[in-house]
Amino acid sequence: MSIATDQIRIEIAGENALIIYFGEKTDPRVSSQVQQAVTILETELSGKLIDMVPSYASLLVIYDQLATDHLEIRSGIRKVLSQLGESDNREGNLVILPAYYSTESGPDLEALAQRADLSTEEVIKIHSEMEYRVYAIGFAPGFAYLGEVDERIAAPRLSTPRTRVPRGAIAIADRQTAVYPAVSPGGWNLIGLCPTRMFNPEADPTMPVQVGDRIRFNPISRDEFFALGGELGEIR
Amino acid sequence: MSGFKVVQPGLMTLIQDAGRFGHHRIGLTTGGPLDALAFKWANRLVDNPMNTTALEISFGGLVLEAETDAQIVLAGAEMPLKINGIEQDRWHAHKIKAGDKIEVGFSAQGARAYLAVSGGFQVAHSFSSSATVTREGIGGFTGEKLQQGDYLHCQAPVKHKGYRLPEQHRPDYADNITLRVITGYQQHAFSDYQKRLFFSSEYKVTDRADRMGYRLAGPEVKPSFDGILSEGICHGAIQIPADGQPIVLLNDRQTIGGYPKIGSMIAMDTARMAQLLPGSRISFDEITIDDAHNLHCLAHIRFNNTEPESVD
Repeated sequence: MSIATDQIRIEIAGENALIIYFGEKTDPRVSSQVQQAVTILETELSGKLIDMVPSYASLLVIYDQLATDHLEIRSGIRKVLSQLGESDNREGNLVILPAYYSTESGPDLEALAQRADLSTEEVIKIHSEMEYRVYAIGFAPGFAYLGEVDERIAAPRLSTPRTRVPRGAIAIADRQTAVYPAVSPGGWNLIGLCPTRMFNPEADPTMPVQVGDRIRFNPISRDEFFALGGELGEIR
Repeated sequence: MSGFKVVQPGLMTLIQDAGRFGHHRIGLTTGGPLDALAFKWANRLVDNPMNTTALEISFGGLVLEAETDAQIVLAGAEMPLKINGIEQDRWHAHKIKAGDKIEVGFSAQGARAYLAVSGGFQVAHSFSSSATVTREGIGGFTGEKLQQGDYLHCQAPVKHKGYRLPEQHRPDYADNITLRVITGYQQHAFSDYQKRLFFSSEYKVTDRADRMGYRLAGPEVKPSFDGILSEGICHGAIQIPADGQPIVLLNDRQTIGGYPKIGSMIAMDTARMAQLLPGSRISFDEITIDDAHNLHCLAHIRFNNTEPESVD
């Protein structure tokens, strides 16, 4: 299903950057348009772009000021947008991430369940039954924003962020979920651990997922978690 | 071995090339020199290609011992340069010999200086760049700032030309400056009154000013809403969090974020701002994207047309 492209706005972001707004809210169809635009712009404006940043409903296009200007980029974008409406809803790859859900690996699991008036088993079931979409990658290298979490288990960020969240922590903030790619501070609710490395500079590809991919969490046992190379890691 | 021993690393010395580009999609920021002009001059004065790896010295305090013959240059902030205890001119290539001691003192004016060596420092690339981003733990030596005892490898001595930049072409790093901003992003979320306030007020650089962003203090600017869906942040973007105090985002910024932005500062001026210390005063001028583009191209031509003097 296509959506109207006349809603799309192009704004100036900076001296060598334009930002395309495809919509105002999280929507898989909008996200799919962002992805299509990335692919087509890469070819159409090849040699003129420095980088692009796709996100939930927008695409930042950064260009080389010595090779082009905002007028040419703008018209390039317009041309690409006119092709979008007809495009089919391209599906990303399906990636399965093993998930060791427990109170040991997810110190906020119980509190989250209580808030939601659910058992921890129900929270795990709801989180792992949903298919998520990678809407954006940012905050830290390899940090993929996945959405949308079932409303019943959505939870606000912690009032005091932790100073140390371990690598692999599966977390929820509002209707987003993510796997921490590295040890870092963080204010999301931790419900489990994933043994898959989300960011490995030495690996090719560096990340198992990209924007537009579909993600499912597959619950695993403690033993399976360790067998897959998982580590508990200190939480502070 | 051929290179330099780090005797004292200084407050924050980072290995930098021109930056890491094309990796925003996996969340990697650009890094690279905060003052790109001083960085480019440093490389040019020792006859290096523009993307050669050099050192960004913040505030000063670096001491190196040479284990190779080479030419070095220090460009940027006014940090006194001494070779074997004798003060030497900055923006000026100097021949050094193995055993020489190179000292970069603390800055009298400006915050960032660039030390380049003929042939460049040889540092492994990660994601096609040597640029250190400590927040990401990427680039340089294991993503860290220089430490005492680190060893900076260099190419075997090669015949490089050396130059000096005549005084009249050297930038000055004075305080109390006006920096140019293109309105954009969520500018419509700021009323005419809020925009006038922003462009007519004076702001101070706070002590929360680093490679990620410069947090400013001054009259509060309020957008009509608090948060937006997270979106890509370009270099120089000025984000306004709930407290109304602007943050100008620089080389080590997060690639995406959800605070409203009033526009972006041009790169030529973020370079000037990055030379300011906490307490410095700045104000903003609005310019159009076309004027900004012209300024960029003019600066490019001016840089290429400015001939440094040979010191060979």
